This record gives sequence, structure tokens and C-alpha cells, in this order.
Amino acid sequence: MSADAIRAESLSKRFGSTLALDKVSFEVQPGELFGFIGPDGGGKTTLFRILVSLLIPDAGRATVIGLDAVRDFRGLRQRVGYMAGRFSLYPDLSVEENLTFFASVFGTTVQREYEQIKPIYTQLEPFKDRRAAALSGGMKQKLALCCALVHRPDILFLDEPTTGVDAVSRREFWDLLGVLKKGGLTTVVSTPYMDEATRCDRIALIDRGRLLGIDTPAGIVASFGPPLVGVRTTDRYKALLALRRYQHAASVFPFGEVMHYTDARTSAAPDDIANDVKAYLIASGFTDPSVEPLTPTVEDVFIARTSAPGSPDSDSQSPHPGSSSAA
Amino acid sequence: MTEPAILVRDLTRRFDGFTAVDHVSFEVKPGEVFGFLGANGAGKTTAIRMLIGLLQPSSGSARVAGYDVARETEQVKRRIGYMSQRFSLYEDLTPRENIRLYGGIYGLTRAQIRQRTAEMLDRLGFSSVADTAVRSLPLGWRQKLAFSVALVHQPRIVFLDEPTSGVDPITRRQFWELIYDAASRGTTVLVTTHYVDEAEYCDRVSIMVAGRIAAMGTPAALKHDYGVDSIDDLFVRLARPEIAASASRPSSREDSPP
Repeated sequence: MSADAIRAESLSKRFGSTLALDKVSFEVQPGELFGFIGPDGGGKTTLFRILVSLLIPDAGRATVIGLDAVRDFRGLRQRVGYMAGRFSLYPDLSVEENLTFFASVFGTTVQREYEQIKPIYTQLEPFKDRRAAALSGGMKQKLALCCALVHRPDILFLDEPTTGVDAVSRREFWDLLGVLKKGGLTTVVSTPYMDEATRCDRIALIDRGRLLGIDTPAGIVASFGPPLVGVRTTDRYKALLALRRYQHAASVFPFGEVMHYTDARTSAAPDDIANDVKAYLIASGFTDPSVEPLTPTVEDVFIARTSAPGSPDSDSQSPHPGSSSAA
Repeated sequence: MTEPAILVRDLTRRFDGFTAVDHVSFEVKPGEVFGFLGANGAGKTTAIRMLIGLLQPSSGSARVAGYDVARETEQVKRRIGYMSQRFSLYEDLTPRENIRLYGGIYGLTRAQIRQRTAEMLDRLGFSSVADTAVRSLPLGWRQKLAFSVALVHQPRIVFLDEPTSGVDPITRRQFWELIYDAASRGTTVLVTTHYVDEAEYCDRVSIMVAGRIAAMGTPAALKHDYGVDSIDDLFVRLARPEIAASASRPSSREDSPP
């Protein structure tokens, strides 16, 4: 029996012609808040389904809290909490009825488990008689979290709990995960929102079935290679097109108000690059550019480690199906 | 002075005593990229449904592309494009067939449809998949196609509802470049998004809270005026009070489970 909360070795899974997971290996430590960060079609849902024993991998193996995810599925299912990506509670039952139902499935009661769910349930209690279908997006997710916790699992799997939820509710949800972490619960969570990475102890970047890196958020950011500068101008779109034509440009991407620019001269000092870029923009007719060295984000790293599907005509690889089967 | 692309004055909609949109006023200039933000339930969807002529206002007025949304609904619908939350294409049809379908719905001639199809397939780099079922294309490609299809009748204003949900970061940026490109050619863009960092791609944003516009301006000016680092921080500050009051008890949030 391993001391890791999760140990995944070379997991692969194929759906038709799509390789949904391609030799994925990682470990999660007990008590960790571990995040899988990546877009739709990355393989997050397939991976989670394998780890909670709902799907059998084509190759590789996984142990979760010491139990084999294929052989020991009966024991494992008693001890994992799983919140699926799609809202999967009973819409016509009230908040309280949903919770009572999920408790009874696991042979317990809401009263007996109250301490475990209290931090979340106190936020839901004002609505306990409301039908689940009539809850706001954020409240639905809190109820689903409550239902996944009601049997006091040893490990929690949350598949995209914040997708489609507004920014305020997303923050509140992550605050709750922080509370659960303080209580020692191991939690594995997936998200397409890169800015949520910093809420995790460690993250794995996942895209098209492959892991692009596993580290702490700070470690991921520190791994970003080339010097990065941020550019602000009044006419962003024209400046973006102009920067792409600059002879030393390696990559130029819009990041909100700022454009992130990396230079092909990787050993040059960021300040020198900033000065060169500024001089180029002024020579190109932009009157007020502001160019400054920047600290990269997790999203910069993700972009640097992946390649976009691009456009069909410019791309030699065959189009990978989107989220239809593999998401 | 040119007429605003969107001109909204005291727009209000009540449902059974509940005011979903409460005296909202704003203007969007031609060629502007305007971010329309708000928490779930803040009234965004109700407001947009009135602007595209699907819902009658209870009071107030809105003019879109120069036409009154309550009285000149058909004129408005011809001059706007709409791309919905998730997907607005027919997945069993090919890109070429989707373009032809939407072109026909908007009353383009065969010659126009042929010409726009060639232009769009070329601009998107989609020639090699023009006759492949949309279902088998990656999500990011489908969304770029959906955006172009929403522009097939060259509308003056396009409404985008959560256009980049779940898309990878590079494709998201390519999508924003399509938006900038359309705006640079004069199309006005009104966009809703849950990626609050995306608010910072917009020329101006409004933040709706409980049916009213709580803040509006350029992202830089809003951050400066409210003394926050990001629009995300401002959003949470404006939107949290009502949610905190109705749903959470701050004292219990710090409790640890056993």
C-alpha cells in the first residue's frame, strides 16, 4: 500500500480515434489541494472518471487512497466524494431532500455528518426548502459539494466545479475548498480557468490528453523561459499586428489591456528588450506606448508549452475532436 | 456626431413584482467593444433579450442600430448578429452548409452567399474542412466559425454571450483577435463573459448588480477610480454585498470541519 493519496502510472484511454489520455502519471499527497488546469477536451473528465472507478483505463494503473481504481472499485466508491462536471442532483427535490437522499445512499444521516458539511451547509440553509433547479449557479455548486461530502469521504474529486459560475461565486467556492483543506481533506479539482491555479498547492497543466507539467503554481511560473514584456498602447489591435512584424518578436498575445511580448533574443536583458520594443513602436507611428518587463502567469506558461489547433489550412495535424467524447 | 450603435435610456423590465432590469442607461459607439458583466441573476440576460427584440421592456427605451427595439423589432433583428453561450451552429452540417443556411435566413442572394462563403473560409483558413461535418471539428474552430456565421449578413452590431467558455488559452486569444478585427472594420461588439480577465480586452465595460449598472467605464479608468488591481477585484467588491447578505454567514466561513 502506498502512502500517496493518489498514484497514477501511465494511464491511457482512447475513444474511437481520439486519444483522450496519453500515458498520464502523477502522485497526489495526503491533504493536498491538487488542481488539473486545462481547456475542454484536455482529458480532465476522463481522468477523473478513471480515478473514481467509473471508467476503466486501456493501459496503466491508478491507486487512490491505497485502493486499485479497477480491482478495488467497491471499496473505493465508499470512500471517494465525486462532484461531476454536469449538475447531477435531483432538480425536483429540495436542497434538504437532495442532501438527505445522498446521505441515506451511504447509510448515514445529515445530522450525524453535520460537522463535516457545516461550513458549506450554513450557506445553503436559508434555501433548504427550495427546489435544486431554482438555485443560482453558485448555490447549485455548493449543494453539489455538500452532497459529495455528506458521507465523509477520504478524498474529494471535483470536476470543473466553477465552470460557468460567476466570478463572485467562484471565489466563494474556492474559499470553501480552503476551509476543507484546513480540515485535512485531500482534494483534486479541475478547472479551465487559469487564474484559479494559484488557489492550489500544486497544479498539473493538461491539454489534449497529455500533462504539460506538474509543480507548485510558483514553480510553474518560474519555469517560464524567455524574457517577457507587457505593452500598452491606445490602438491595441494595430499595435498587435505591428509587433508581430517586428524582426525580433517570438510571440505576441493579447492579455486584456496588455499585450504579452516575448523576444527571440532570449539572453537579452528584459529592460533592453523593453526599450527596443518601445523604440520600434514609436518608429511605427504609435505615440504613447508603455513597455515594461512583466512577471509571467500560469497562462503564459500554458501557452508556451502547448500549440494551438491553429486553423485547419495552416495546420498539419488532423483536427482532434473537441469536447464531444473526450471532455 | 454619429448616432450610437446602442442607445439605452431607463430600460426597465419587471416580472411579477420583481424588477430584473431597473432603469438601465448606457450608450455604445460604433466600432466599440463593450463588455457587459454581471453575476448570475444580475439581469444581464434579460437586458440582452430586450436589446435583440426577444422581450418587451416594461418601461424606458432602447435603440439598436438606429431602430427602437420595442416597435421596430424586425428592423433591429436584420441588423444584429448573435452568438449564444455555447453553440449556435448545426453540428451535422458542414461549415459551408452552415454559412449557406444562415445566409439564406438573413435573405442574402445566392451570389452574395457564394461570395461571403469564399471570403469567410479564406479568412478563417477553413478551406480544407469546408465540407467536413462541424461536429468533428475542435471546439475552438467551431467557435471561430460560429462568430463568423453571426457576421454573415454584415450586421452593424454583434451580441456575443459567453463566446469563449472552455476554450484553450491560445484559441481564446485568436477569438479575441477576430473580435478586434471585426471592430476595426466598424462592427460594434457587445460581449458577456465569465472570464473577468476578459473584461480587460474590452474598450469599455459595465458591471450589473441587482438589475442596475453599478459601474461603467474603460477598464483602466475603473481600476484607477476604485483603486483595485483588476476588474475581477472590482466585480467582487460590487457584487458581493447582496450575495453575502442573502446567502452566507461570514462567521461560519472560518470554521474548520473536524
